Amino acid sequence: MLVTPIDISNPESPDTLLHLYKQMLYTRIYEEKCNQIYRSGKAGGYLHVYIGMEALSSGWINALKVGWDYVITAYRDHAHALALGSDPVKIFSEIMGRSTGLSRGKGGSMHLYDPQKGLYGGWGIVGGHVPLGAGLALGAKYKKEDRVVLNFLGDGASNAGVVFESLNMAKLWNLPCIFIIENNEFAMGTRLEYHASDTELHKRGMPFGMKHERLDGMDVLQTIKDAKRIINHVREYQEPYLVEIMCYRYAGHGAADNDQALYRTKDELYKAKERDPLTKLANLIIEKNIATPQQLETMQEELEEVVEEQYAEADAAPAPEAEEVYHHIYTDMEVERGH
Amino acid sequence: MGAAESIKTNYLNALKEAIDEEMYSDQEMICLGEDIGNLGGAFGVTEGLLDKYGSDRVQDMPIAEECIVGAAVGAALTGRRVMAEMQFIDFISCGFDQIVNNLATFHYRTAGEVAMPVVIRGPAGGYGGGALYHSQMNEGWFCHSPGLKVVCPSTPYDAKGLLKSALRDPNPVIFYEIKELYRKKSLEEFIPVEDYIIPLGKASIRREGEDLTLVTYGQNVYHCLEVADKLEQEGYSVEVIDIRTLVPLDEQTINNSIKKTSRVVTVNEAPRTCGFAGEMLARVCENAFEYLDAPPARCTRLDTPVPWVKPLESFVLPTVDKIFNVCIRTLKY
Repeated sequence: MLVTPIDISNPESPDTLLHLYKQMLYTRIYEEKCNQIYRSGKAGGYLHVYIGMEALSSGWINALKVGWDYVITAYRDHAHALALGSDPVKIFSEIMGRSTGLSRGKGGSMHLYDPQKGLYGGWGIVGGHVPLGAGLALGAKYKKEDRVVLNFLGDGASNAGVVFESLNMAKLWNLPCIFIIENNEFAMGTRLEYHASDTELHKRGMPFGMKHERLDGMDVLQTIKDAKRIINHVREYQEPYLVEIMCYRYAGHGAADNDQALYRTKDELYKAKERDPLTKLANLIIEKNIATPQQLETMQEELEEVVEEQYAEADAAPAPEAEEVYHHIYTDMEVERGH
Repeated sequence: MGAAESIKTNYLNALKEAIDEEMYSDQEMICLGEDIGNLGGAFGVTEGLLDKYGSDRVQDMPIAEECIVGAAVGAALTGRRVMAEMQFIDFISCGFDQIVNNLATFHYRTAGEVAMPVVIRGPAGGYGGGALYHSQMNEGWFCHSPGLKVVCPSTPYDAKGLLKSALRDPNPVIFYEIKELYRKKSLEEFIPVEDYIIPLGKASIRREGEDLTLVTYGQNVYHCLEVADKLEQEGYSVEVIDIRTLVPLDEQTINNSIKKTSRVVTVNEAPRTCGFAGEMLARVCENAFEYLDAPPARCTRLDTPVPWVKPLESFVLPTVDKIFNVCIRTLKY
């Protein structure tokens, strides 16, 4: 079925293009299902999907040595886990709070965790995980391993004090850490120019003497090129890098988003969809006669079925036993029992 | 009350009105927070304020809680009154240093010269499936920091009256709003249109009883009231006290009740160890020990994080059944 990560040594080969399209389309269908799961009441709390930003996760994560390199991100984390090859059934299970979930239902949508794939979370407090990413790089450097960290954060997080502290530390010690600002133009409902004094967020690397670039994140082929170049540089030269990747989330902030009309117009949303990374890649595939529109449609139908099956499998699993809450608080002692 | 003097309001709108009315009557007051202006707040507590008072007084802030609190302290030094919103009370930890070291101590370190009329408020509490970082009650951290007042209302009437008090208070107040109560229909009540406040430090007796005192606050008030109903069917008469303000604590109301009932159970949804339920029991032991006929007891969240999935979440937090069991043990002692 889905081969993840995708071999991108020759990204423009027909086979790779199709794989990339399939991965991104799958991610979108998966996220749409997540929204539906939330609305049906099967996932509690808060849930945030990656719809519109798929080229970013596919472009960067396929360029990694998956399982060797480290990835850490905020609460919009499903796409990263999928691209790294985490079990989609286990992700659905986690989101629905089942015993078979990645964290046995205790973490949920915002807190996915799969270290075997190199995923060190899913984190729920804006900016809070960014020093952890620097710490992962510190560990790798100390052990003289050539691991690279992809430290994803949002444009909103780029204002948090701890991000600046982490940038300073990363450059001071030349840690192999790539800070990736996923600039989707909104910190929840606050537009970029209302939350950032300088909207060119990549410049936040400048005062620390860190290499920094602003890149487009809506074209997966360009993203792959950029990602390969920067990841190779960081791996080889052992220094941090800050990239700001311009993308757009046309889903709401969360599955239970406030009224989007408060922060953007329909026209803006429509224009953003013209840059849609999936449409762009589909057009290329059709143009190059790699597949017909009909074949891509069939692919979509097949993927929808796959996602439904994965959902059904996850949904069949039971909720964790109550006893589970006492586990994993300490390594060597139990907490006091309930009343 | 007739329709002319009062309107039916939910918990969220009561808070909104309190802020609006204080903003209207005090031109020195400003509001700072993430998404509070254009979006009207993540939950809508500040909806409409931007249009009414403009962006000089209702400021959307970057996601930088330490900066929000620090700026609030600085603005207060210039004579402004500040309402600072935490989008979720869990995120208050990012502003912790500014709160406990700067905001809480300013009056003291200037030998009383400077007041800090700052209210930090935000949505708090579990029972909503928000998982580890969107479900907490961390009020204990701030009760443990001298210089701060700590408030947690459970009804629309109290929410408005207490928030108005807090906003007028010259001292910093950490104000815990219970997000699960924001739009709860069953809580809607008629509240006066004319200005009123509820003084900080006054508990409210939600139900009178003779056999046991339940002391609580926030959404656990409703669990306790339900427990009192159930215990009535078993032949027990239970008094339920909603403390409303943690600091200052109305110990007199608690002790007077214990003099009558001789039994006490405290309930809150913060972790057990070093939590405010324990603090209240310690005070009862110090000040009302001779009136007790049974060991004072508490029902709290377990000393665990709050898990994502519902069945586990309710296993961790106090529930009607759990509180009921603790009460029965105390009553039958």
